[in-house]
Amino acid sequence: MYRILKMRQLTPVTRLYVVDAPLVARSAQPGQFIILRVGATGERIPITITDFDREAGTVTIVVQEVGKTTKWLAQLGEGDYIHDFAGPLGSPVELPAQGRVALVGGGFGTGAILTIAKALHGRPGITVDAIVGARNQDLLILADEVSANVDRFLACTDDGSYGYKGFVTGVLQEKIKAEEGYDLVIAVGPMPMMRAVAEVTRPYAIYTLASMDPIMLDGTGMCGACRVRVGGENRFACVDGPCFDAHKVDFEEVTRRTKMYKAEEKAALEHFEHQHEHEHECQCKKTAAVR
Amino acid sequence: MAKMKRDRHPMPLLDAAVRVNRFDEVALGYTLEMAIEEAQRCLKCKNPTCEIGCPVQSPVKDFVALLAEGKVAESVKRLREVNRLPAICGRVCPQEEQCESKCVMGVKFEPVAIGRLERFVADWERQHGFGELEPVASRGVKVAVVGAGPAGLTCAGDLAALGYQVTVFEALHAAGGVLMYGIPEFRLPKEIVETDVRRLEEMGVEFRYNVLVGRTVTIDDLMEKDGYSAVFIGTGAGLPKFMGIPGENYSGVYSANEFLTRINLLRAYKFPEYDTPLKVGKRVAVIGAGNTAMDSVRTALRVGAEQAMIVYRRTEHEMTARREEFEHAEEEGVQFNFLTNPVEILANEDGWVTGLKCVKMELGEPDESGRRKPVTVKGSEFVMPVDTVIMALGTTPNPILLRTTPGLQSNKWGCVVADPETGATTRPGVFAGGDAVTGAATVILAMGAGQKAARAIHEYLEKQAAVHA
Ligand code: FES
Repeated sequence: MYRILKMRQLTPVTRLYVVDAPLVARSAQPGQFIILRVGATGERIPITITDFDREAGTVTIVVQEVGKTTKWLAQLGEGDYIHDFAGPLGSPVELPAQGRVALVGGGFGTGAILTIAKALHGRPGITVDAIVGARNQDLLILADEVSANVDRFLACTDDGSYGYKGFVTGVLQEKIKAEEGYDLVIAVGPMPMMRAVAEVTRPYAIYTLASMDPIMLDGTGMCGACRVRVGGENRFACVDGPCFDAHKVDFEEVTRRTKMYKAEEKAALEHFEHQHEHEHECQCKKTAAVR
Repeated sequence: MAKMKRDRHPMPLLDAAVRVNRFDEVALGYTLEMAIEEAQRCLKCKNPTCEIGCPVQSPVKDFVALLAEGKVAESVKRLREVNRLPAICGRVCPQEEQCESKCVMGVKFEPVAIGRLERFVADWERQHGFGELEPVASRGVKVAVVGAGPAGLTCAGDLAALGYQVTVFEALHAAGGVLMYGIPEFRLPKEIVETDVRRLEEMGVEFRYNVLVGRTVTIDDLMEKDGYSAVFIGTGAGLPKFMGIPGENYSGVYSANEFLTRINLLRAYKFPEYDTPLKVGKRVAVIGAGNTAMDSVRTALRVGAEQAMIVYRRTEHEMTARREEFEHAEEEGVQFNFLTNPVEILANEDGWVTGLKCVKMELGEPDESGRRKPVTVKGSEFVMPVDTVIMALGTTPNPILLRTTPGLQSNKWGCVVADPETGATTRPGVFAGGDAVTGAATVILAMGAGQKAARAIHEYLEKQAAVHA
């Protein structure tokens, strides 16, 4: 069992958790993820590591409520326990010693670029731009933390409520055209965003990594569910990834595969919400009876 | 004494029509009367060859003799001195190739049903309560076991019995390895594995879950920072193989490991009570013909497939599955397509599997393995309409531990190099055994390797102590 030491609501649907996991914190590297199970009947879901503190023995994750598991997790607060928290999993991302780097984060992915930004921060010979996007200002997460660790923090919102109006790809495109471009681009976020980033950098042949988030079960190299076609070959995201050459990833295939359980995910959520309503009702009745 | 019985007592089975709809155990086990009667068939050979046939040298003659006298508690106690997981071995060992193949009764008649007797005494013990554990003096020396599968559990138990302080590091959230995620409930109830694990805990073995050695901690960490004097690696077989044919990543294509893990470890068959989803269609094809393939195809029937079939490019005679598993599958209505080789998986526009394109094969000349090599029959291409495909083709070694452990050597297949007699690797103090060393093999061979390594670790640590004394 892994204790939640701190919980912070970042947006109405996004929360940050600081979890007591000393062994994970001791070995965590940028680009890696953990797999958690909220409770004994739960599924195992992979979540990118947002931050870690080796001395305090803590690991920070950012979770957006999208389905049953994340909504279940959202019910937990400080002092509660997560049943299983395995990691760090996946291979650390290989970071350069010098050059111009752009870290592109979309939605909850903005949290995930933080470890990378921190690792690069202060390396001589490296300049880092963070290009992060959200639908509006309220949904932009961890702006302070990320901006403190990069040379330039370039935010954009779909509605223009903060920073550039438009998508991260627009900013990226602009920066590549107007300036001398980048030596490395790392994209973390929703699949369509990473795919779009890959298309922006492709004509310029800028080396681009995308942090893949395929279906996973064990995360240890046993089940093969996490296979992603990269350069025509099957690679396992939990062994050789999750970061792969974005120009070689078959995005169409991996996107399709991640939707394999859409109907079941919906059913699980409905089941959960139904149960929840039920519990709620019972509790109301109980309170009423006491009165 | 009654006339010598020539035939062994048959195993009572759950009716095929009933069992295909549930996960209940298929083989029901002997009654006490059946077990005693069967045990009395033993000839008590002076040189019990059956024991030589056992990879862990279980004391077959002794335990069967005690059982024949009706002394069940003593029988199981004697067996457990050597074999830590008898309820498991009694169910999943290929006895017909091991102890029973060497049984003298078997020369003229049917061999004594050693496996069934082993299972009987172990089950009896579980039902009647375990005997007291004999206290062992602690040596105050720490040993780490990596992986809680059959090799690791055996090694941990043997070392704990010698007084070592053993910690088992397991990457998943439960112990048992393949016993837990791979072998289905109807062949090995999970409660049995859990009971054996609890038994090890009572012996003082500590289990740490969610620790992937090679990522969460390294072997260097364990030995240099955390004070473990020796390490045993029993990490298992590794990543599933795929065929490399077009369409393998369509929705509805699983590796056997994924399919079985969803069901066995994560209880997807109880969705939505359990959260892990599973999608199985009406017509399921399982490619391969080993025990894992049989487990997959029989499981498919139990989770709603109307038709489940094996697709195998060789014939019945080359199948590596146990005869018993093949027969049980046939009884349950599994279809067998021999001499059939898949060449492509077809899908609809949404990427869901709709068919398996295959070619017919015929047997040609024998290959290196001595099995006749199947060759394609020209123009025999056809499409099998299926909506789920499960690949049960074996595994390739997991590279994570090797990549993060300096000084640990692998062979050309990527398996850890270890001495077959001692499990000693190329790194002092680090031992290995089971599928991580041999590639995918059987539970009992892994147990045998764990047992040998425990002995070797003990010797190694004694020597170390002598040097430093
Ligand atoms: S998640 Fe199972 S092998 Fe990668």
